[in-house]
Amino acid sequence: MSAEKVGPPSRILTIALNAFREAVRDRILYNLILFVLLITGSAIFLGELTAGQESRVIVNLGLSAILIFGTFISIFVGVSLVWKEIEKRTVYSIFSKPVGRGEFIVGKYLGLCLTLLVNVSVMGAGVSLALLYVGGGELVSAIWPAIFLIYLELTIITAVAITFSSFSTPALSALLTFFVFVIGHFSSSLRDLASDMASTTAKALFDGVYYLLPNFAHFTFVTETANGIMPDGRFIGMAVIYALAFDAVLLAIAVLVFSRRNFK
Amino acid sequence: MDNVIEIRGLTKDYETGFLFKKKIRALDDLTLNVKGGQIFGFLGGNGAGKTTTIKTLMRLQFPTAGSAKILGRDIGDIDLHRSIGYCPENPYFYDYLSAVELMDYFGRLFGYDQAARTQKTTELLDAVGLEEKDRKKQLRKYSKGMLQRVGLAQALINGPEVVFLDEPMSGLDPVGRREIRELIASLRDKGVTVFMSTHILSDIEALCDEVAILRNGKLAANGNLGELLSQNEGSRTLEVRVQGVVADAIRDKIEFIAGAAMKSTPDGANINILDEADIDAVLHVTREAGGRLISVQPVKQSLEELFVKETE
Repeated sequence: MSAEKVGPPSRILTIALNAFREAVRDRILYNLILFVLLITGSAIFLGELTAGQESRVIVNLGLSAILIFGTFISIFVGVSLVWKEIEKRTVYSIFSKPVGRGEFIVGKYLGLCLTLLVNVSVMGAGVSLALLYVGGGELVSAIWPAIFLIYLELTIITAVAITFSSFSTPALSALLTFFVFVIGHFSSSLRDLASDMASTTAKALFDGVYYLLPNFAHFTFVTETANGIMPDGRFIGMAVIYALAFDAVLLAIAVLVFSRRNFK
Repeated sequence: MDNVIEIRGLTKDYETGFLFKKKIRALDDLTLNVKGGQIFGFLGGNGAGKTTTIKTLMRLQFPTAGSAKILGRDIGDIDLHRSIGYCPENPYFYDYLSAVELMDYFGRLFGYDQAARTQKTTELLDAVGLEEKDRKKQLRKYSKGMLQRVGLAQALINGPEVVFLDEPMSGLDPVGRREIRELIASLRDKGVTVFMSTHILSDIEALCDEVAILRNGKLAANGNLGELLSQNEGSRTLEVRVQGVVADAIRDKIEFIAGAAMKSTPDGANINILDEADIDAVLHVTREAGGRLISVQPVKQSLEELFVKETE
């Protein structure tokens, strides 16, 4: 009964699926109940308040809620994902098996990304149903590219959270990740502000922030979607490349830091 | 039998403090060889460096200096971990999983197919004595002893050639300890090398072929258990038990014998002498006082005495 020699991809998948199972058993997906209540309530009551604008309000509200709920999970689950394993000493038995530290980090990351994928998909289905309920069926196909873009943004926020948590406490990591989320949504504005500044130091600083931190404007398409406009293939393609590049760099940093760590 | 564990000058420093960092040496130039197919006892007081050594061998910590090989391969080689097993002290696992799910998860990491995982899980949980009714409960509902059993089972999931057990009897009741002792002995019978740290000296005496004793991170003693215990043969004493005498009545005459010492007992006395030739003198004194001989036996150094001597 000898074991088949499995490579890193198989072990990463095993770790990812277990991380997903952990999220499910830790009731992370219970946030969906709150989301369903929010969307259902909106669909029923907003129609009376905003004559003829129900669909647009539901898209705006629904997609923003997907981003907020997803960000909440990315930050708070992301920062504790690895930290919890060290604190609870579950890493001891994992690393006595033929599992590399990089495989572990990537596996945990992909497990949370899978959780987020299920989360945003169910939420997207909820928004679609709410649109059908208020007679905004023509917007149903338009929301999915925007949801995909939100999902890409969440994968970056998760990678940021894991990277910070590889060398910092969960509380500080959560705070820093939240700053990155906020700055990332305003980095284009910061750059515009910098271009009007006389000080070269301030300009260099804001330029540095723009290039160093992720620019989430590449993933923001909510307002356009509410007006029935869909992103073209090039926009989505660039967003995918941008997200993958950031994810890869952030995970490489996290793996590098985690690989040198002593477990006391 | 070849060495399966070779430790060369292993040193580990920890840094403490925030602003003014201070180094604490947990392991100091440890060099040790462990031959295959035996149960090796790794002893030492609290903070002696036992767990640090095992964690370093398991690549949970990086050595400050030195190196180590297991089965001829550097400890940094991930593939080495296909052939070894590890049960940490007070094992912690994913408490949202059941024992069966945990074993299945670890089996997957080794690449076993579903049938092999199921078979190994059943066999190993049977071997460690985890009851059928408990196997599908979440681990968060387990007692310390049950977790210890799961810890041992998961350490053996890959049929390891060398297994590291850090305090494997911790949390077990006497019956559980006996069962696990039998399991560990059966591993040796199958040719598995067991590297075991424990505070329970009776387990070491019952199981181990060789031992190493650590003191303040340094190797204080190492060798065959029987040989280590008989190293103090020169100063070994004989104990003469006598009855029917009042100890104080013969104390002066006994203490006249070189090196003799006496303790009174309810019905006589226990007299320790250094030389066999003094037995006659002790008997003479005893008979004169109206007493009789009960027994004469050598006093062997116990592992506890050796442990105390080497760790103090």
